[in-house]
Amino acid sequence: MYGYSGKILHIDLKTRKTWVEEKPEDWYKLWIGGVSMATRLCWENIVPGRDAYEETNPICIANGIFTGTPVPVGGKFGLASKSPLTGMIGDSLSGSWFSIALKRAGWDGVVLHNKNERWTHVFIDDDRVQFLDATWLLGKNTYETEEAIREKFGDDQIRSCTIGPAGEHMVRYANVTNDGRQAGRTGHGAVWHTKKLKALSVRGTHGVRVFDPKKLNELSFKISESSQGKDTEKYRIYGTATGLLNTNKMGVLPTRNYQEGVFEYANLISGEYLDEHHKVKVIACAQCPIACEQMSIVKTGEYSGAMTGIEYESLQAVSSNLGISDMRACIKLVDLSDRSGMDSMSMGVSISFAMESYERGVLKKEDFACKKYPDGMEMNFGNADAAVTLAEMIRDREGIGSLLAEGTRIASRTIDLERGSETYKWAMNVKGLECPGYDARSLKTFSVGLAVGTRGGCHNRSAAYDPDMKGETNRFTVDETRGRIAAESEEYAAVYDTLPLCKFIRRCFTGKADRSGAWPAIAELINATTGWNFGYDEVDEIGVRAHEIKKAFNIREGWTTKDDDLPYRWKHDPFTIGPSAGVVVSEEELAYLKKLYYEAKGWREDGMIPKEKLIRLGMPDVAEQIGV
Amino acid sequence: MATSTSKHAYVDCDPVKCVGCQLCEYVCSFAKTGEYNSYRSRIRTVRVDEVLITAITCRTCENAPCVVVCPRDALNQDPLTGIIHIDTSRCDGCAWCVEACDFGAITINPVTRLAEICDQCETLEEGPQCVLWCPKKALELTTPDQRAQKSRQDLVKQSLEFPQKAKDPQ
Repeated sequence: MYGYSGKILHIDLKTRKTWVEEKPEDWYKLWIGGVSMATRLCWENIVPGRDAYEETNPICIANGIFTGTPVPVGGKFGLASKSPLTGMIGDSLSGSWFSIALKRAGWDGVVLHNKNERWTHVFIDDDRVQFLDATWLLGKNTYETEEAIREKFGDDQIRSCTIGPAGEHMVRYANVTNDGRQAGRTGHGAVWHTKKLKALSVRGTHGVRVFDPKKLNELSFKISESSQGKDTEKYRIYGTATGLLNTNKMGVLPTRNYQEGVFEYANLISGEYLDEHHKVKVIACAQCPIACEQMSIVKTGEYSGAMTGIEYESLQAVSSNLGISDMRACIKLVDLSDRSGMDSMSMGVSISFAMESYERGVLKKEDFACKKYPDGMEMNFGNADAAVTLAEMIRDREGIGSLLAEGTRIASRTIDLERGSETYKWAMNVKGLECPGYDARSLKTFSVGLAVGTRGGCHNRSAAYDPDMKGETNRFTVDETRGRIAAESEEYAAVYDTLPLCKFIRRCFTGKADRSGAWPAIAELINATTGWNFGYDEVDEIGVRAHEIKKAFNIREGWTTKDDDLPYRWKHDPFTIGPSAGVVVSEEELAYLKKLYYEAKGWREDGMIPKEKLIRLGMPDVAEQIGV
Repeated sequence: MATSTSKHAYVDCDPVKCVGCQLCEYVCSFAKTGEYNSYRSRIRTVRVDEVLITAITCRTCENAPCVVVCPRDALNQDPLTGIIHIDTSRCDGCAWCVEACDFGAITINPVTRLAEICDQCETLEEGPQCVLWCPKKALELTTPDQRAQKSRQDLVKQSLEFPQKAKDPQ
């Protein structure tokens, strides 16, 4: 087999035993890699119906098909477990050297089972696995942990996935970090905590072989060259943060916990402002010629020294969403979340939830008492110092930080139960995962994309905001095309998430990002790597299958159509200002959109998947278990 | 800080342009071994504190310490090009050359257990593959004259202000 080793490494943390599972080539043709393969491994290895914190929840890692080859932006891996936030599939991607090291060590995937009583550092050294003590790493932040491991072994090509203090404190949205990049969402760090797994390191010294290297080099070189052109300009020069002024202009920029869609100080938190005042260097993920990460530093004031890469989603969650216009505080907040190893988006929305609860009188000043401020904090929107302090409290689970570390769904339910309040009205999550930086009230195609999303409130799995923002649809209204558009955009994204390739390369194959532009080029890359005979249809099916297995996983965990919902606010509170004022997604509209979407997917009216569809996609075992 | 003493050409990296993608390592190892494997690349990208990034390979030093130190005389420097040649029949992988190199430009191949060093792809008409591939044009095969020219330009950029009028035309 070319491009793959055909081997999945199983590691049992409890018994410290390891075994190798060999998979046939046909299995790889179905699942490819990334989120699809990781989810499939989850499907095969999990005991359904148990809590995400139980030891029956495996950590599944799946490499990419192009990982370790020169194919631009192919150096990514997928990570999947049952998510502690949603109770459904938690799948994340990360661009990383970790995946390349893993490929060179000869593993297409890793499954970690059960849990240990003691903090463990697992080191995969080519084909040997060592279980090492990790107590000496405790308390170190994500960056320090990786460095300490590299220093210990004296080899800078050892790559590690780690959790930081947030993971050690079991923050429900803690994530897994490698080389400054995160498998960011759905709370993997908390799952790692339950297994007492502080770090997973890999050293891979073997080479990666492909079917037709001459052809693959040629194709890669061309894509690499065109990736320096205008199609990636906005990512290369300003990074993703450049989108902020646009979302603000359209009135969909989350502002003060999604109360409004326009932020009066947007020009102070824009990508352009960041570029002028804080940017020090643009850096790349592994194997990426685009390089979009805008490393930004704070040089003055009390947060001086904070430095991290700033992306749009992180930025909006801790700036306009918290009413903060001081870019230095925003960089500090993202830096803090990155070093602590927690999802900056969920963290930002949890803090904004607390701020609104404070402004509405549900939470009081004394509720925010901590070591630093024993009398509590005035948790108003715009109070940067309070936001940073609260972020630290969440990381350390200090005081009310412990409750907010559970995410907005559990926090609001707990508060409402204790105080008889109605904080659920501004708990901004879908299925328990905090919402992204596109307010879906006036992006109606996106609203259904979010509501039906298998991992909850995520902008990355459904790209349906794109047609809404570009004006290809009327974003304020619904019509019968939206179900199909949402389904197609989801399956389109799933192809990239499965290979995985970064979506920023989508226009660099032929200049056209749509299926007809990208799929034939991707098929060529797959064929040169593996020697298979993929064409347009096979590539297209990758995305359909990837999405279907995720949905199937959710159904087996008890999903019903009631779970496909939007936050209360998006259904009931319209904006008062800006171009999106006055619009909500009504219950009727949502029900209509969901119906259209299920139809477009070929599902039953209650969202269940017909057996025939699953069998046609090569999943008879899945059809057997959950098909109708 | 180690300073190069070369009178010859070598592959130099501009740290301002380098983004640390490592594509140079892929093509180098492929050109030399037919596999993609950073451990067998003769150019190495280095990243410290996230933003300090560059790529390093042989700097063709004058009186190259690696050549001098080799106890088996396995290393020889081409007097015309400055390129270090390693005689694999003499090298026994003792790694003294690795120790001697101020730039960490020599590695021991994990498969053959012998020393390897950049040869600027001298047998290929296209020249160094890493230079050809670098998406950010950070890598260049530079001669001492070109390096001197660059130093002069850098000095000018650092010490002189851009004329205001030219910056802001009416």
